[in-house]
Amino acid sequence: MSDKHTSHRSKYTLDRQMPGAFEGETVTRRRFMVVGGQAAGGVAAASFLLPALGFAVGPIFKSTPHRWESVGPVDMFSETNYVPVVITLTPNIGEAGKSTAYVRKFNAAIDTDPYDKGTPYIAISSRCAHLGCPVRWVDAAERFICPCHGGVYDLLGRRVGGPPVRPLDRFYTRVNASGEVELGPRFSVNSELRRFSPRDPGEPLDGIGQYAYPSRPGAQKL
Amino acid sequence: MPKLPAPPLPQALQAPTPRPGEGEGNGKATPRHHAAQAGTSVVDWVDERTSLSGGARWLMFRKVPKGTNWFYTLGSATMFAFLSQAVTGVFLAMYYRPDPSGGAYESIRYVTNDVFLGQFVRGMHKWGSSVMVILVFLHMGRTFFFGAYKYPRELNWVIGVVLLILTMLMSFSGYLLPFDQRAYWATIVGVNINGTGPLIGPYLSDFLRGGPEFGATTLSRFYAIHMLLVPGLIAALIGAHLYLVAKLGTTAPPWTRAEQSPELREAEA
Repeated sequence: MSDKHTSHRSKYTLDRQMPGAFEGETVTRRRFMVVGGQAAGGVAAASFLLPALGFAVGPIFKSTPHRWESVGPVDMFSETNYVPVVITLTPNIGEAGKSTAYVRKFNAAIDTDPYDKGTPYIAISSRCAHLGCPVRWVDAAERFICPCHGGVYDLLGRRVGGPPVRPLDRFYTRVNASGEVELGPRFSVNSELRRFSPRDPGEPLDGIGQYAYPSRPGAQKL
Repeated sequence: MPKLPAPPLPQALQAPTPRPGEGEGNGKATPRHHAAQAGTSVVDWVDERTSLSGGARWLMFRKVPKGTNWFYTLGSATMFAFLSQAVTGVFLAMYYRPDPSGGAYESIRYVTNDVFLGQFVRGMHKWGSSVMVILVFLHMGRTFFFGAYKYPRELNWVIGVVLLILTMLMSFSGYLLPFDQRAYWATIVGVNINGTGPLIGPYLSDFLRGGPEFGATTLSRFYAIHMLLVPGLIAALIGAHLYLVAKLGTTAPPWTRAEQSPELREAEA
């Protein structure tokens, strides 16, 4: 068996004196059947596992069309105080698909941020930027206050206390032909009120946060 | 390898000794004799075709170390809590409708108020989930403080940790199903806590919700995870956990000492 230990090994099973060797074959028939059987099992399993997995993770990559929803005539809203309006984020599932937004007219004296130029109405989402509980506007304190963990935001939705990691989200607004204010898709803002595609609560957008929490693959530019 | 003697059968399963002039005594079996033997015959018939008794004996009649005490029952208690959850859950699923536009809450209200024993069975499922979580932690504490996670039982500890995580996932996914205000907002908060993980967090929360917002399929997604995906995994892992317990045996309590031979004790002295 000296040829077994030479540096150059033959590729033929017969030369390597393997059990079940045949003339001119480089793979034993047993090994061929084992690998073939496992490959067939792998293909059979993958043929139902991959589609099922794709089905389950598919919604992550789906892009939902933008909805614009009328919330009332233009004279319903003032420059100085918020009016709560109920909008539908997900249609056809009743109360679970609805949310509250706080809307007021653009006020050049307060809304000095360059990103808000040309926005006819400011619409602040009631979804807390900490973990998503519903904040409410407290008129006497001129603050948005979250009931769950004590997040507090100022008139512009910027965090002034508690655990939230960024200001309250906003909605795009426009006025339609019949003089009604319409709320469009949601967007998130960082502490300088710079706009980002919508992020989930609890995801900071300042500094490294905007890279640590990437935007949704299906998010569309307005 | 020497064969262990078979443990004695309980009195009820033993073949009665035939009286004189009865049964095999005169070569004729009476119907009464057959009836008395029926249980043993059925067990024998199955065992002859499956050899299950060997496995059952291997699993049930194990040698346990001296000092084994009530703390060693916490694992079984956890398993029975899981079985209770499984059985009550199956019957609750006969009434439950995962419909977010009011049907889910209504079906739970119907089970609680109108179905015979509905409040009781739902209560068992609801409180039983807390009992199971508490028992899991007590069992884990027993394993830790008795040092039962050490070689060669590390893999069983790892399986146990996966079971703990799956139990938590069961509690989380089941909490949404009553679909009242508490269920809804607790799930919103819970999903968003998942979303705070860097890089994968946003994808994880989208996967849980089935989209960017709480949507039409979020409830049915949680329902499928709660009653199909995770219970299947838990049942399979409990099987692996029990197999390893039976194969490796239980550990002696840490305060017991190995018995020393008198000669060795003298040699040491």
